[in-house]
Amino acid sequence: MASAYLIATFADPEALVGAVESIRARGFKIYDVYAPCPVHGLDEAMGIRRSRLPYVTLAAGALACAATAAFEFYAAVFDWTLNVGGKPDNSTLAFVPIAFEMTVLAAGLATAGAFLLRAGLFPGSAPKLAGPPVTDDTFAVALRWRPNAFDTGEARRLLIESGATDIRQTVGDL
Amino acid sequence: MIRFDHRADRSLRLQPPRPPVGNPALGRITDDVARPLDARPGLGWCACFAAAATALSIGAACVSYEIATGIGTWGLNRTVGWAFDITNFVFWVGIGHAGTLISAILLLLRQQWRTSINRSAEAMTIFAVICAALFPLIHMGRPWLAFWVFPYPNSRGSLWVNFRSPLLWDVFAINTYMTISLAFWYIGMIPDFATLRDRAPAGLKKTIYSIASLGWNGSHRTWSRYETLNIILAGLATPLVISVHSIVSMDFATSILPGWHTTIFPPYFVAGAVYSGFGMVTTLLILTRGLMHLEAYITHRHLDAMAKVMLLTGSIVGLSYGTEFYVAWLSGNVYEQATLIGRATGPYAWCFWTMVSCNALAPQALWSKRIRSSIPALFVFSILVNIGMWLERFVIIVTSLHRSYLPSTWVMYRPTLIEVGTLVGSFGLFFSCFLLFIRLLPMIAIWEVKSDGLRAAGASVGQVPVSHG
Repeated sequence: MASAYLIATFADPEALVGAVESIRARGFKIYDVYAPCPVHGLDEAMGIRRSRLPYVTLAAGALACAATAAFEFYAAVFDWTLNVGGKPDNSTLAFVPIAFEMTVLAAGLATAGAFLLRAGLFPGSAPKLAGPPVTDDTFAVALRWRPNAFDTGEARRLLIESGATDIRQTVGDL
Repeated sequence: MIRFDHRADRSLRLQPPRPPVGNPALGRITDDVARPLDARPGLGWCACFAAAATALSIGAACVSYEIATGIGTWGLNRTVGWAFDITNFVFWVGIGHAGTLISAILLLLRQQWRTSINRSAEAMTIFAVICAALFPLIHMGRPWLAFWVFPYPNSRGSLWVNFRSPLLWDVFAINTYMTISLAFWYIGMIPDFATLRDRAPAGLKKTIYSIASLGWNGSHRTWSRYETLNIILAGLATPLVISVHSIVSMDFATSILPGWHTTIFPPYFVAGAVYSGFGMVTTLLILTRGLMHLEAYITHRHLDAMAKVMLLTGSIVGLSYGTEFYVAWLSGNVYEQATLIGRATGPYAWCFWTMVSCNALAPQALWSKRIRSSIPALFVFSILVNIGMWLERFVIIVTSLHRSYLPSTWVMYRPTLIEVGTLVGSFGLFFSCFLLFIRLLPMIAIWEVKSDGLRAAGASVGQVPVSHG
């Protein structure tokens, strides 16, 4: 859905972090920040909570580990026992390496999948760019305009004071 | 009286006079990495690719002949049944390990020198694992039945695979390693695909980059999760890479053959893998920085750091050789002693001593800073590492098998032309893939170099230093 945005661009990441801090200190909400690379200190400035991705890793890993171990046990002890060199049917220690590999595989793929899903990244997805240079050499702060969301004049002043190189208003979808 | 408005004055003064909006240091990084992708390939690249493609064709011909005729075309029709095939398999898996070490372990250890080389090292991992996986596949003789190694419900009972076998552990280890490495590599490239997409003129390239970049728009909320994801994948890849070569070593260590049945094998193989992998990374990066003119990004500092890793791991490998002999003597096991003495004095003694010279003695030269900072010397050394580590696997496999418990099984082994051709072909495949990679994909992680540049710049405004050798 298209909305109106106030987009300020920055060349210097320090200024960007400063701008985000002063905007939030004033009580305005940051819609998002766009950058060609992760910017140190921006998580704190934007007040981003810790990602919950590690829980996906833990859940997928634990599930895969248990399922693989259970399957190995079922296949080797219950379903069809094979006598190989007189080794016991339930050679638990020998089942560890495969259970470990499957744990890593499932945890890794599930975490990557959860990330792509949450970030809305998939082939054919149209990029919602705040301006093409944000993937090259420019940083941008976007504020979404809503009735009473922020005082445009005040926001502009804060952004310019923090060192924005350009400020523009657009209507679009970010 | 007119009241002086401070805000208005300040906003007027701060209206920036600079016309370009972006950060020039960041733009330069994009240009430096993306320019070779737009340019036509140079003569050096074409010559290398022609050589690699020729080698690949030789390999393809040999493999086709072998599959059509049978595995008797290999010199394995004797008790040395694992000779060339598993030597090449272990060699290529080992090569891959340096890529994961650089991309995952050095990320966790916050070694920032890795950023400009990690993308190509990860690519090398993937190509090396492809080469490795090829050998057991060919060795099966009927590669179209390769899916039998997976436990799937089948019409034979279901007859399950043997979960106690290290060979099956290998199947899972290699497949997991390949999949996770591929995911790590691709996810690392998504932001760079977006960068290339936004600078490409409309056309086929832009379409391909658009699809590959999955709609990435540089949102910091996404960046924040992305960094968490990278740390998680690195944390998973680290124990994975150690497990992979440990499991490969268990193919040998869990058997009862003298020379193989040793508990030292897992750490010894992992150290050897890192050593050989760094040898290959050094070979590739010295070639690449010349071919693609990336001397500003792949610097003496990188080569120096890699030389130090090789000095360390080469010394661990040397220590392991000594430990094997010491333990054989300490155990009082005559079979183990006979095998090891046979290695050093028997018909394959020349292999053994070449291996010791390349892997244990040669790296000691790297104590000297002059040798570490000489690119020709490092290039020659990296080739020696590759030769030495290939011979190590050959020595372990062949010398143990050609003199096992029964004297009636004692034979000599030498590779047939088909086997040599297949090895040549695997090098051709590896180098063809790598050369295509440096032409078609961003071989330096653009966003990581930018991020490190910003971090290093610290408080200095707008100045992103890029390390120059």
